[in-house]
Amino acid sequence: MSETTSSKTSVPPISLRRRLTDHAMTAASVLTVVIVLAPLVAIFGYLVYRGIGSINWDFLTKTPKPVGELGGGMANAIVGSMMILAIASIIGVPFGVGAGIYLAEFGRNRLGSIIRFTADVLNGVPSIVIGIVGYAIVVLYQHHFSALAGGVALAIMMVPTISRTTEEMLLLVPQALREAAYGLGVPRWRTTLSIVLRTATSGVITGIMLAFARIAGETAPLLFTTLGNQFWNTRPGEPTAALPLQIYVYANSPYEDWHRQAWAGSFVLIILIVGSVAAVRYVVRRGSFGTA
Amino acid sequence: MSTEETRSPLLHASDGAAADRVFRYTITTCGLAVLGVLLLIVYELVLRSGLSWHAFGFKFFAASEWDPVNEQFGALPFIYGTLVSSLVALIIAVPLAVGVAVFTTEMCPKKLRGPLSFFVELLAAIPSVIYGLWAIFVLVPLLSGYVQPFLGKTLGWTGLFTGPPYGIGMLAAGIILAIMIIPIISSITREVLMVVPQHQREGVLALGATRWEMIRVGVLRNARAGIVGGIILGLGRALGETMAVTMVIGNRPEIAKSLFAPGYTMASVLANEFSEATGDVYLSALIEIGLALFLVTIVVNALARLMVWTVTRGQPARANV
Repeated sequence: MSETTSSKTSVPPISLRRRLTDHAMTAASVLTVVIVLAPLVAIFGYLVYRGIGSINWDFLTKTPKPVGELGGGMANAIVGSMMILAIASIIGVPFGVGAGIYLAEFGRNRLGSIIRFTADVLNGVPSIVIGIVGYAIVVLYQHHFSALAGGVALAIMMVPTISRTTEEMLLLVPQALREAAYGLGVPRWRTTLSIVLRTATSGVITGIMLAFARIAGETAPLLFTTLGNQFWNTRPGEPTAALPLQIYVYANSPYEDWHRQAWAGSFVLIILIVGSVAAVRYVVRRGSFGTA
Repeated sequence: MSTEETRSPLLHASDGAAADRVFRYTITTCGLAVLGVLLLIVYELVLRSGLSWHAFGFKFFAASEWDPVNEQFGALPFIYGTLVSSLVALIIAVPLAVGVAVFTTEMCPKKLRGPLSFFVELLAAIPSVIYGLWAIFVLVPLLSGYVQPFLGKTLGWTGLFTGPPYGIGMLAAGIILAIMIIPIISSITREVLMVVPQHQREGVLALGATRWEMIRVGVLRNARAGIVGGIILGLGRALGETMAVTMVIGNRPEIAKSLFAPGYTMASVLANEFSEATGDVYLSALIEIGLALFLVTIVVNALARLMVWTVTRGQPARANV
């Protein structure tokens, strides 16, 4: 940028102090990138190193051994997590997508703005507080902890994320498409579901997957809703083991073998989450709505 | 909603009208459910913290005694712990996050931009409990072995870095929180910086500014409100963060000046004691802490959204990633 202002014109050269400051600040911002990436590399590196070294067939197929005995695994927690996430998705996805459709197609009014703001606010509510609500509305009525309560808590966390991404994606669908459908006499509900939603499918799925990835690793809302369980359980009404809970308990324990299993559990969990995020990126890149 | 479409004579007039009404009601119900959930949260928290509110009133937030056996509950140590750990996190995270955002938008070669922001966003995808696990087994030994003895020797005179270097404590919590909120602050800052019009940059450069002067005067100054909004959003996350903090803060309800000392946060006390709370007053006191946490994060988040919105104006701020 400085070759145009060579010395033959009257523009004074940039002083040494200013040039040094410029270089110093460039170096500083490169340094921040290095400092920020360092823990990321450290966390992933350590996770893969400890995780791969700790994972074995027993871990994936057995239930936890009693305190003090070596071995055992987290099979029940892996299945329990899947059950809880399934419950959360069954409740959360329809409400989230529905709310998103409302915001995009009917929400250009005062109520729409209120709901939009509410969703943003809900997004920021600490997950532990959502856990209290799960406890209050399910556990207190059932009189015991259950996978259902955890699923409800996680569903509450899914809805605002899904509704806002769904809205964004539906708004990207050209208005002309809707008008064309109306022009053919297609009823509004049919237009919205079969044409607008259909066109935005890949984007909407992206939103759902992001919400899913976000809740898959949540621990705090499960602490006093699903509680955890040392044994197999496939009934949604009973206390259930979950992968993040088991990692938390094992990490805080004084036993070396449980620490090993905590790393193995984290590795399985991160594979699940990074896998879904990567899948999302792939879908988005392939889909027609590449702006997400 | 204007229904200006003219109906094709080939279709029956009743066709779809009833279905449309049902559809509209169903969809509106889903929208109202979002509102309902928020009201439900407020209702449950207020209802179930009533007992504690009647027993202690405002004193609850000023008393520092937490004694479940004698049913004496004061939330001050938890409020202190939450504020201090979040503050430490912000002090560490803000310069780093803004630096990364400036680098990615203003300096970095185009090719590097995508992967770099992907990696930073990947930090946001790691579950809190894994951060905690890493902190226990990597960060804490690092702190107690190297960082804390060094800080104690050089900065011990401030009183902030005194006491035995256990590793576990307020400092560890602050650092792990900083690592966790950097992606949020940096992605919002990046979004805000990208909205600053290109001609601002060109204008400042044309006046003979160096690149850093252009960034400072032309970019950062224009994006100030949005960056502050991103920082406050990060603060909102830090205040409510539970698992990683609980695993390294030490969980002792004490107010100590030194950052080496163990502490306790509002979210951690809920995580540790909620499922074991015996007695109605105990449970109610915990829920009141939850209510306080909820209200604080709502105010903080609303403020942040407003500030980000004033800069990006209408473009949705994507804070959830």
